[in-house]
Amino acid sequence: MTRAWKVFWTLVIAVPVVVLTAWGLQDNARLFVVTFLNGLTLASLYFIVASGFTLVFGLMRNVNLAHGSLYLLGGYLGFFTAQFSGSWLLALAAGFAAAALVGLAMQVSIFRFMPGQDLRQTMVTIGLSIVIADILMWAIGAQVHQMSPPPWLDGPIRNLPVIRAYSTYRFSLLPLGIVIGVALWLFLNRTRVGMMIRAGVDDRAMLAAAGVNVNLVFATTFAIGAGLAGLGGVIGAVELSMVPGEDTRLLLASLIVVIVGGMGSVVGAAIGAAIFGLAETYGLAYAPTYSVVFTFVILVLVLAFRPRGILGRPA
Amino acid sequence: MSAANWRRAMNLQNPRPAATNSPAPAREARVRRFAFENPVRARHVIVLAFLLAYPWFATPFFTYQIAAQALALGLIALSLTFLGGYGGMISLAQMTVAGIAGYMVAIFGTAATDGVTLGWPWWLAVLLGLVIATLAATFIGWLSVRTEGIYTIMITLAIGVAFYYLVLQNYTVFNGFQGEQKVFPPVLGGVYWRDATPFYYLALFWALAGYLFVVYLVRTPFGIALQGIRDNPRRMHALGFNVTAHRVAAYAVAGVIAAVGGVLFTWYNGLVTPGSVGTHWLINILIIAVLGGMRHPVGPFLGAIVFVLLQNFAIDVIDRERFNLVIGLVFLVIVLFSRDGLLGWWTALSARLSTQRGATTWKAARGRLYAR
Repeated sequence: MTRAWKVFWTLVIAVPVVVLTAWGLQDNARLFVVTFLNGLTLASLYFIVASGFTLVFGLMRNVNLAHGSLYLLGGYLGFFTAQFSGSWLLALAAGFAAAALVGLAMQVSIFRFMPGQDLRQTMVTIGLSIVIADILMWAIGAQVHQMSPPPWLDGPIRNLPVIRAYSTYRFSLLPLGIVIGVALWLFLNRTRVGMMIRAGVDDRAMLAAAGVNVNLVFATTFAIGAGLAGLGGVIGAVELSMVPGEDTRLLLASLIVVIVGGMGSVVGAAIGAAIFGLAETYGLAYAPTYSVVFTFVILVLVLAFRPRGILGRPA
Repeated sequence: MSAANWRRAMNLQNPRPAATNSPAPAREARVRRFAFENPVRARHVIVLAFLLAYPWFATPFFTYQIAAQALALGLIALSLTFLGGYGGMISLAQMTVAGIAGYMVAIFGTAATDGVTLGWPWWLAVLLGLVIATLAATFIGWLSVRTEGIYTIMITLAIGVAFYYLVLQNYTVFNGFQGEQKVFPPVLGGVYWRDATPFYYLALFWALAGYLFVVYLVRTPFGIALQGIRDNPRRMHALGFNVTAHRVAAYAVAGVIAAVGGVLFTWYNGLVTPGSVGTHWLINILIIAVLGGMRHPVGPFLGAIVFVLLQNFAIDVIDRERFNLVIGLVFLVIVLFSRDGLLGWWTALSARLSTQRGATTWKAARGRLYAR
């Protein structure tokens, strides 16, 4: 793309955004800023779940459509752990560990036996997600499970400019998402295991020939990716709620986030999550009937101009 | 493209690794001719006779709830089999296309919703429904052919769910959660087409039409080019085929089939609601297609029969609420242990039987070719 085109597209995107922002601030500044924060905190949750998805896909080309089920599983386990022990941090750990273990079991018992068979993996994970969702509904029931935030994050932050007060818990998701994102980026780009993972993306056979236990690296990555879904589940159990059907919602959110951002890229997932979270929240606030259509229009536009996502690269 | 061109295209490459143990070239020529000649066999005649006579000995429940539903669902899944088996593109939005057709029939025709339906004559509504659904399918195709494999699945899933939320939240056109109720087929020629036997024959007619259409289409130059694109898009592009245009056209054709199936399925249910285009049904269509097998147009109908039987009789085996568990497990077993659904097992079984009977290798090879 030439410089002139870049300027043109930047203007095409930036001018309406700036105009709409100015209008929103002038019309009702409080609503606009609260919506912005809500959008970013929702994006943070989407990012945590979707980064696990994109991690698993980026390394192993495994498309895990049971990712939403892992989210639900982690959320439920976190809920019961919190109920039992009263500790929110323990709930986070339990959600992460449960999803990571189930993910590990899936990797060892299924994915390892069908490398490179994308379509078959997709089918198997669709089947798994149906089975897991139904077992969870059988065991736990269809009623809504809403977890309360830990005491030290409960209640609002007061005396803020413009918006006056905002939920501490929701606000804390923002740094949490950033910390997880930065940690993931550092892990992938600055550690030895991360180096192995990136090498595995480029040339799996060569990595194995260099004496690395590729299966172990794969299993670890899968467990971390699945665990992030479980972690997101515990966070979502407070921010949203746990009910059958949330698995599909979060799976879909992860899909859109990674499609928009580009598969296998942590930074792409962050950008995709921010766009999707903001679009969904602003849509809900300003045009409730058609909020989903906004998301859809964004998806269509991104695909029309960048078929592999904003930061995607050829497989 | 001329026939000579595609033949050259097909000979240039060895599409499947399994074909390395294929018989000698002379034999192969014989095999190929044989597969294209005289496609009607005894089993076709028997199955057709059975299907035609079926309502005369089956109860209305079996005629309507089981057979007619399986035919309508099979027709929708057939569109996915055509796209997936012959075009190599798995679209989860086929139920969305079917749902659009159903919604349009309800909106332009009559439904029990005040102020929304236009009440135009049924034939106009059906025609508009088919046209709009086909246009929508073409648009979905145009969007998703830029991507491949997994990306296609995800994008079509996203499109399907976006449509689900649209109809769920829009009350002015799609009537929101309630959807369109009481969408019935017309009384025509003194026959009420929603009665068990007439509806069965209606569904059978369109299912057969769809089946024969696909069987014919995959042997036309277009169909052969599409299969070439499935096996190796880069080579086909180098040969001068417009890969994107072929793929979009495949989506359009599949859209027509899905739209017909969608109208039938809407009439069968008597309603079309957001629930009938939700994720659950998007995936059910994939389950039906994969369950049956994607290498032959008869697959989706087999899959639909199994699916409908499970749906109706899983209640007797275990709890009614656990239908999803049963169908999920059946689906898992099939995808884990068969390369191509029920058809895959059938091919493996018949290949084994024919070798046991001491049949020549080319007969097994014909089986392979035919199964493709």
